[in-house]
Amino acid sequence: MNKKLQALIGAGAMAVSAMAMSAAQAAETIKVGVLHSLSGTMAISETTLKDTVLMLVDDLNKNGGLLGKQVEAVVVDPASDWPLFAEKARELIEQEQVDVVFGCWTSVSRKSVLLVFEELNSMLFYPVQYEGEESSRNVFYTGAAPNQQAIPAVDYLMSEDGGSAERIVLLGTDYVYPRTTNKILRSYLNGKGISDEDIMENYTPFGHSDWQSIVADVKAFASAGKKTAVVSTINGDANVPFYKELANQGIKAEDIPVVAFSVGEEELAGIDTAPLVGHLAAWNYFQSVESDANSAFIEKWHAFIGDESRVTNDPMEATYIGFNMWKQAVEQAGTTDVDAVRQAMYGQEVANLTGGTAVMNTNHHLSKPVLIGEVQDDGQFDIVWETEGTVVGDAWSDFLPESAKLTADWTYPWVCGNCEKPMY
Amino acid sequence: MYATVLFTLGFGASALWRCLSVRLGLTILYFIFPFAFKGLVIMRNDMFSMLRRSPFCIQQARKAVLGFGMLFACLLIFATALPKGAMAYSDEELRIVAEGLNAKSATTKIKVIEEMAADGDPRVAPILRAMLEGDLYVRESDEHIVITRKQGKVYTHIDIVSGEEVGESGSGEISKIKVNNRLRGVLRDALATLNLFSPDLTTRTNAVEQIMDARDPAMLPLLLRAIDREENETLLARMELARATMALAAGETTEERLAAIEVLSSETTPQIRAVLSQFVASAEAEGYEPEVVAAAEDALESVEGRLSTWQTVGDVYRGISLGSVLLLAAVGLAITFGVMGVINMAHGEMIMIGAYTTFMVQQALGSFLPSGSAWSLVISVPAAFLVAGAVGVVIERCVIRFLYGRPLETLLATWGVSLVLQQAIRTIFGATNQQVTAPDFMSGAIEFSTGLVLTYNRLWIILFSIIVVAGIAAVLRYTAFGLQMRAVTQNRRMAGSVGIRTGYVDALTFGLGSGIAGIAGVALSQISNVSPNLGQTYIIDSFMVVVFGGVGNLWGTVLGAFSLGIVNKFLEPMAGAVLAKIFVLIALILFIQKRPKGLFALKGRAVEA
Repeated sequence: MNKKLQALIGAGAMAVSAMAMSAAQAAETIKVGVLHSLSGTMAISETTLKDTVLMLVDDLNKNGGLLGKQVEAVVVDPASDWPLFAEKARELIEQEQVDVVFGCWTSVSRKSVLLVFEELNSMLFYPVQYEGEESSRNVFYTGAAPNQQAIPAVDYLMSEDGGSAERIVLLGTDYVYPRTTNKILRSYLNGKGISDEDIMENYTPFGHSDWQSIVADVKAFASAGKKTAVVSTINGDANVPFYKELANQGIKAEDIPVVAFSVGEEELAGIDTAPLVGHLAAWNYFQSVESDANSAFIEKWHAFIGDESRVTNDPMEATYIGFNMWKQAVEQAGTTDVDAVRQAMYGQEVANLTGGTAVMNTNHHLSKPVLIGEVQDDGQFDIVWETEGTVVGDAWSDFLPESAKLTADWTYPWVCGNCEKPMY
Repeated sequence: MYATVLFTLGFGASALWRCLSVRLGLTILYFIFPFAFKGLVIMRNDMFSMLRRSPFCIQQARKAVLGFGMLFACLLIFATALPKGAMAYSDEELRIVAEGLNAKSATTKIKVIEEMAADGDPRVAPILRAMLEGDLYVRESDEHIVITRKQGKVYTHIDIVSGEEVGESGSGEISKIKVNNRLRGVLRDALATLNLFSPDLTTRTNAVEQIMDARDPAMLPLLLRAIDREENETLLARMELARATMALAAGETTEERLAAIEVLSSETTPQIRAVLSQFVASAEAEGYEPEVVAAAEDALESVEGRLSTWQTVGDVYRGISLGSVLLLAAVGLAITFGVMGVINMAHGEMIMIGAYTTFMVQQALGSFLPSGSAWSLVISVPAAFLVAGAVGVVIERCVIRFLYGRPLETLLATWGVSLVLQQAIRTIFGATNQQVTAPDFMSGAIEFSTGLVLTYNRLWIILFSIIVVAGIAAVLRYTAFGLQMRAVTQNRRMAGSVGIRTGYVDALTFGLGSGIAGIAGVALSQISNVSPNLGQTYIIDSFMVVVFGGVGNLWGTVLGAFSLGIVNKFLEPMAGAVLAKIFVLIALILFIQKRPKGLFALKGRAVEA
């Protein structure tokens, strides 16, 4: 017992000295925080983003670092536990003294860290498509806002090429992102002449695994004679059983196409996609896009992760864009000071992996192109439609009456994330 | 077309006649076709220069030539139009027309598809089918369109004209002809019209079903032609039904409509309901006869009544199916928790280990013995039982045996074990989903025309869960180990004193429970994700089933699983999946308040043990 105690004390002392050493090192390096779940439900998606940031940091250091210093990634694991996200964020900012944080996936985790970042005036890059209705001075949203994903997707479904859908099923997991997105979509569809009786809305719990009844309901809803399409905001684990059920019940994409906002290459990795060919996804990036930047990125990713079969996806591109924008802004500002970097962020341009450039707007959202891809039998997407040019991310939806009047603009004279009138 | 020929012939002849009989009339045509016959007119000037002295006859001769020119031109137009109508393409034409399939715009592609389908060339159907299935490619070396057959990474090229193999290549040398959902729909409809006259009965049947789904009035003439030719009775009935769905709106007379309604009312499918309700809804706008509308309303009501019965049948089936999944997940827990009284929070992770074992077996079989991969599930069942069972024994020996009789500590310890196992799997296999492929006998479904779909994977799982429960019951009832197990759970000290090694029995019992959870993992890998979180999805449900059914009672677990499944599936369409779950939980809590020991409480001395 005594020996054990001694060993414990020894280990503790070592840990303390190690921390002291890392604190001493801090002056020499620029620290980047990585706040992605490495365990729990969301690990499935977020682990990849942690690896992406590590790859980008590694790459940056190989090319001489930033402002002449080496960049160091500090990885913490908030374990898919929303309150823990806030604690870990505080730890990163206060103890580790990081200059910027890349992290979060679910909206609830973002909401939980938001106050911490605002209170401590730090900077978060959020790389996932989300429901919008938010603009924080301390967050840069590099994923898609609803008008960069949901709206173009239903436009496509209602177009001739998409099958001229007249009835829409909105399927989602029961939390803030699907509910808000579907609220926006419903009001948009109503405006397009699709009445409420032609819209079916259904929510399921996280990790829902028994889709028999819902798929049967969708089938029944679609048998009314009008062309029907499904818009899916089903998140995470529930997707695999959902698509398996679709395939087994024989729902073909040409009869009832399903367009998903949360299903990318990574999510399809667990499914045999042969029966799903033709179902759709809307993103700003697909691995199958042919461009030099993209093939270089994929090659780099495979080399870094040491596995040729690993796929790339949209949140990875959003991380890539966010990281490079931050790098450029730091170089331009000549410092990692949060306020200076923030000013330098506006109008910052980074080449997309899909061609064209992404621009950071003053509402902290990007201008990006929107792509719609069809699932292929190899688990990849074939692009069937894309916007001409880029779409400006809209923090507050134009299709919700209470948000339509709000403006997000963090430059003078507005300097506000949710105002009806400029501050100055 | 023949009418055109006759008409043209008659036209030329009558023009001659007019030259002779000196009458006007063709002057109008002279104005209509001046451009086409400019050359002819010049020729005429030379030919008839000798007749210049008789202007009247020249005028008439000019008209005669025009008449024949008309005939000739019409024949010419007819000849070029001919392949589009009834005759097959020549080899070269087929190649040229098919090149249109690689057009940029979907609209052009659709035009080409429709043109090809209308041709009736037997070579068209395979081309369109290949396009629908994504097997139509353009060979980059000579820009020829080829059908490909993929084997591994090699694509074998098949010539669209000759239907013979014309070489092979990797994916780099060919580019796929893109199709989207709109094109797929057009292709399927086109194939349906082509297949309507196929010599193969199943192909024809599928074509009729496709036409019935599409309900495109443009297909009606074709369908009528098919009805005239069809000899098979059952298919003829389907064709008549398809005709009725179109005739309802497109029909001319009251009798026709009433007859169509008569045919439709005897059917029970969602499509028919849609046809009828659309008809009734549009009755006012279209001004249909009142008796027709009344008949349609009656028919709609009877179809709806029968459909709702089928809906109930479907709900029961889905409830049983959910119940069988719950049963599989819970039956292992019924042994560890029900029989041994151990609150095993790591039970879900045993299921997960079973699913990962399935994945490993599939991987191993895939690399060592590719031909045997269909058997992977059969091999996975004992493998998963052994792996999960072994892990269970290790957990029992290392953790749980020190904690018997201390439920709270067991709960915490096993919860810790579950986290360790999850993270271990995450470290070894990565956090992403692993793909477990479904064998052929578990893919697809039996589809009834009434809209009821019985998927094969669910049917197998229902059967599998029954077999597993029967197996466990047999082990408990008929084997020496089962006897010892029951003895130990009823009275540990007494069992020990008659020579049963209670510790050994405990370990094996826990192993059995865990092993069965592993088997459940094999089944669940077919319907769920194989990910480190798999177990968490099922742990709460498993406890619910065991507590509801009555702790320590296998039949209680069976009944509990099925009744929870069915109640859930009946609530789901009404209240939504989230509320249904909440209702079930609340009902369960109330039930436990009333009957703390579940549906089937153990009676007698066993309770005290």
